[in-house]
Amino acid sequence: MENLVEIRGLGIKAQTDSGRMIDIIRNVDLDIPAGEIVALIGESGSGKTTLALSIMGYLRPGCRFGGGTISIAGQNIMALSEKQRASLRGTEIAYVPQSAAAAFNPALRIMDQVIEVTAIHRLMSPEEARQRAIVLFRALSLPSPETIGDRYPHQVSGGQLQRLAAAMALISDPKLVIFDEPTTALDVTTQIEVLRAFKDVMRLSGASGVYVSHDLAVVAQIADRIVVLKDGQVQEEGRKADILTAARHPYTRELLAAFTPTPAAGAKADADTPRKGYILEVENIRAGYGARDENGEPRIIAVDSVTLKLKAGQNLGIIGESGCGKSTLARVISGILPPFSGSIQFDGREIAAAAADRQREELRKLQIVFQHADTALNPLKPVGEILGRPLTFYHRMNGKERDDRIDQLLDLVHLPKSIRYRLPSELSGGQKQRINFARALAADPVLILCDEITSALDTVVAAAIVDLLKELQKELSLSYLFISHDISTVRSICDEIVVMYEGQKVDQFPAQALGDESNHQYTRLLNASVPRLDPDWLDNLDISGFAAMGR
Amino acid sequence: MNKLAFSLVLGKIGIALVTLMIVSFAVFFATAFLPGDVTEILLGQSATPEAVAGLRHAMNLDQPAIFRFFLWIGGLIQGDLGVSYANNMPVADLIGSRFANSMKLAAATTLFAVPIALTTGILAAMFEGSLFDRMVTVTSITLISVPEFLVATIAVLVFAVYLKWLPAIVTVSEVRSFGEVLRVYAMPVIVLTFVISAQMIRMTRAAVIGTLKTSYVEMALLKGASRCRMVLRHALPNALGPIVNAVALSLSYLVGGVIIVETIFNYPGIAKLMVDAVATRDLPLVQSCAMIFCVAYLLLITLADIISIIANPRLR
Amino acid sequence: MASIASVFQRYGYRFNRLGLCAAIVILFWIMVALFAPLILPHPVGKIVDYDFYGPVSSAFPLGTDYLGRDMLSRILMGTRYTVGISVVAVFLACSIGVCLGMTAAVTGGWFDTIFSRLMDALNSIPSKLFGLVVVSGVGSSIPALIMTLTVIYAPSSYRFARSLSVNVNTMDFITVARTRGEGTFYLIISEIFPNILRPVLADFGLRFVFIVLLLSGLSFLGLGVQPPHADWGALVRENVGGLSYGAPAVIFPSLAIASLTISVNILIDNLPQKIRDRS
Repeated sequence: MENLVEIRGLGIKAQTDSGRMIDIIRNVDLDIPAGEIVALIGESGSGKTTLALSIMGYLRPGCRFGGGTISIAGQNIMALSEKQRASLRGTEIAYVPQSAAAAFNPALRIMDQVIEVTAIHRLMSPEEARQRAIVLFRALSLPSPETIGDRYPHQVSGGQLQRLAAAMALISDPKLVIFDEPTTALDVTTQIEVLRAFKDVMRLSGASGVYVSHDLAVVAQIADRIVVLKDGQVQEEGRKADILTAARHPYTRELLAAFTPTPAAGAKADADTPRKGYILEVENIRAGYGARDENGEPRIIAVDSVTLKLKAGQNLGIIGESGCGKSTLARVISGILPPFSGSIQFDGREIAAAAADRQREELRKLQIVFQHADTALNPLKPVGEILGRPLTFYHRMNGKERDDRIDQLLDLVHLPKSIRYRLPSELSGGQKQRINFARALAADPVLILCDEITSALDTVVAAAIVDLLKELQKELSLSYLFISHDISTVRSICDEIVVMYEGQKVDQFPAQALGDESNHQYTRLLNASVPRLDPDWLDNLDISGFAAMGR
Repeated sequence: MNKLAFSLVLGKIGIALVTLMIVSFAVFFATAFLPGDVTEILLGQSATPEAVAGLRHAMNLDQPAIFRFFLWIGGLIQGDLGVSYANNMPVADLIGSRFANSMKLAAATTLFAVPIALTTGILAAMFEGSLFDRMVTVTSITLISVPEFLVATIAVLVFAVYLKWLPAIVTVSEVRSFGEVLRVYAMPVIVLTFVISAQMIRMTRAAVIGTLKTSYVEMALLKGASRCRMVLRHALPNALGPIVNAVALSLSYLVGGVIIVETIFNYPGIAKLMVDAVATRDLPLVQSCAMIFCVAYLLLITLADIISIIANPRLR
Repeated sequence: MASIASVFQRYGYRFNRLGLCAAIVILFWIMVALFAPLILPHPVGKIVDYDFYGPVSSAFPLGTDYLGRDMLSRILMGTRYTVGISVVAVFLACSIGVCLGMTAAVTGGWFDTIFSRLMDALNSIPSKLFGLVVVSGVGSSIPALIMTLTVIYAPSSYRFARSLSVNVNTMDFITVARTRGEGTFYLIISEIFPNILRPVLADFGLRFVFIVLLLSGLSFLGLGVQPPHADWGALVRENVGGLSYGAPAVIFPSLAIASLTISVNILIDNLPQKIRDRS
């Protein structure tokens, strides 16, 4: 088949703060055959988005071409002027951004933005463009296709905006569409609808595509070829089936391994747990945000009458989609957001609603670890000081004793001792999350609330953190309340799973029972929505039975 | 306008009223705690204790300060601005026509400066990093860094002393023809324009450049839009709120500028009146002039806030 | 100068030429303010020339003023008033503003609401107007001027520090410290303050410029530093009669003000940058 895009020996350089130039794309060769979708797979920082954008002749500020050629339909775009490149953008090559919510101009109506390409390049009359857009809206199964374009971007949902962005890209019948992680920011149930819509509309248009993603399972549904990128270099490329079943490169295998189902954590026998009884009992918690009304209820109720219990030495997982109230629940338990009704029993005693009213000993035993280590660690304090503060605060440790304990803690989370003099900004994402966790361990807690602690990490790094958590639990007889949107992670670490939906607890079951007939239908929808490596998964998936629950 | 926007606008007006209350409190009490007593200023050192006590009683100075404050505020609301210490004339009569003169000067400057400043700021943002942009940046930072009287003296040196194009002193009563008006207002307006434009240009440029860094402008670029379209259609509507605020804030420099400019050019406006009143410690006059400026300024700021609420598409 | 830049480089900072020049000018004026009495060529008040508005000459490098006094001496001495009063005022205004701003952001609640409303109201009075009002009340002695300038600029410093602190306060590391049980004082000193220090320092410089300009403006109107003392603004006022002759006596004090304020602004825009090199 003829290639629409041929990239040869492409290099891209970026300037660091000190003015040094470093290579972020090195000697990349890439072909995109006409009518096929090529996926670019890689972790954050692998250069996949930079590479995709360079096909449009565009580099983000601070980047520079460092040689090679990019030809589209035989035309080398590196040799074109900026004006000539602009004439290709939107017409020949179109772009679907990662966050449509940010890529739509908040001040303009959606329709005006969708058909803007046709106005810029004078492709058709506005009326014609509008009719075409409505046809596309319908093809992308958007609700009320006739009128949705009259709204402003903040008036439609995230999943709808993502599909509208696809309509914006396809309005001019481009030869190539670049999808830049278009479903990463979406919930799994929404992701299915959007992926389906993309797949259908691309099949219909016959255009080529570049699909940038970090998720092999998503790519398995939509791509024809897969290119694996790491550190700005192509590690492996091939037909989808070959990559998925017979990957040669160790890095690709590592990515695939993350999908091998890990055994569900079985309920630990009582003999394993040193303490008996419940470590945490949450009774009928109601909490929310905003101004209080006359009954003392806030305007927005985020957690609605949730009751749950956690046995000492066991782990409880809470899953649900964004906005279901799971993180709010963690904030309630840790005393950051006092509930307006309900009670919390911790370690056999009722504790105060607000952290400020709790005993220091209660605070010490109950620690919380947040999702973003970037904001959870004070950027101006070296690691040693971050870990040292709880030691001094709770255990009155100082001097040598404190230093030794810091070394021990670093050892526990498998980091070298030398790291204690570094600032958080000098660490990798995985290292930061380990420090974040080690700070909680410094308090010698009995329960740690883990709020999406693996969500911001790359797959391989996240898997290592989960292993660390399991290992530490054995050593230190901890309990975790593990909050995540990722079912497989929760399943691998927790004994019991709670499912939340719109502020309420809708389901609770032992981890091994996930996928059973006994599950609530929303649990089944969530479970069914997690992408699988099987390329036919999306086509065969039937979620119509759960439609009532989907948003 | 929807309900939320309406309640926001009401909120802004409410805040403006509270602010005005606090401001009048501040103005009154800043002038109420004189180290000496006003009566001594009025009657001189040789006044008999009886005369002083009599005057103190007549002026309510023997009453608590808070009582006098409400007396004063009540008077202001009814249009009674008090009596000048210096020449025993009602303050309202002294202010009268001078207020109109100052408003003319401010209005002429605003009409002149705002379009120039906005255009320059937007152009500088459009061609960020160009020679033009760098010149604008350097000039505006220099103008912000120097006192208004320096700008004014340089303008006098250049236009009146060396070039002899314009008179250095303004006499409003001599104005008869349109040409005269131009000649009379040119110097003060030019100086004030320099003084207030610099800040407006910088803030406009920063607001537009800020929105140029957003994802939706990058998206426009990836649709093939020209730089011009990116700025005018995508960045500008979203920078409107900050720009309106920049204009309103810059008009506070107008107040400061008017004070200096009226003094230098001997312009018969309210600011000149106030400076003279401060020099003679004519407190009722100072208080009234200050309140007039504060009310005018608060009106502008509140108007700017309301405009940026209305301009916000999320509140439509 | 290249060697100074390389010293910065060794400690992991980059400092460009323009910023360095500005820093040198500022340092020069600080030195002059500190040691003015030791380097005066003539006593400030002494009439040394029969001619008034004298031109630049070898005897009087910056000319003479309207009474025939040496301008160089008067400007050197004026530095004390302009720089001295402004530094004290900016230090007071920023200390008060930053302390209250951080406290309001961390404590929140009614303290924050009432205080912020009050400060915003004071902030909405144009500074020069505020200056006139306060001076008319408390007079123009040097302590009164310092107080006036502090009162005028503390609210804007408060507002700036508060908004920075509110941003830092939403960070998870603050939440972690709160759930650890840390007190307000620790949060402010150990977690918030280091994270707002850099912008606060830049703001300190900016506010210093505003204060110099306001003080000069007041003195120019005759309401600032009073004779026999004279700061730079008062020197311009004294000699403004020489404007039509283009006398050095009116030009040099103006240049002194401009050189100081422009340098501070340039320094703020070109502060040494910490070199962060991520590879």
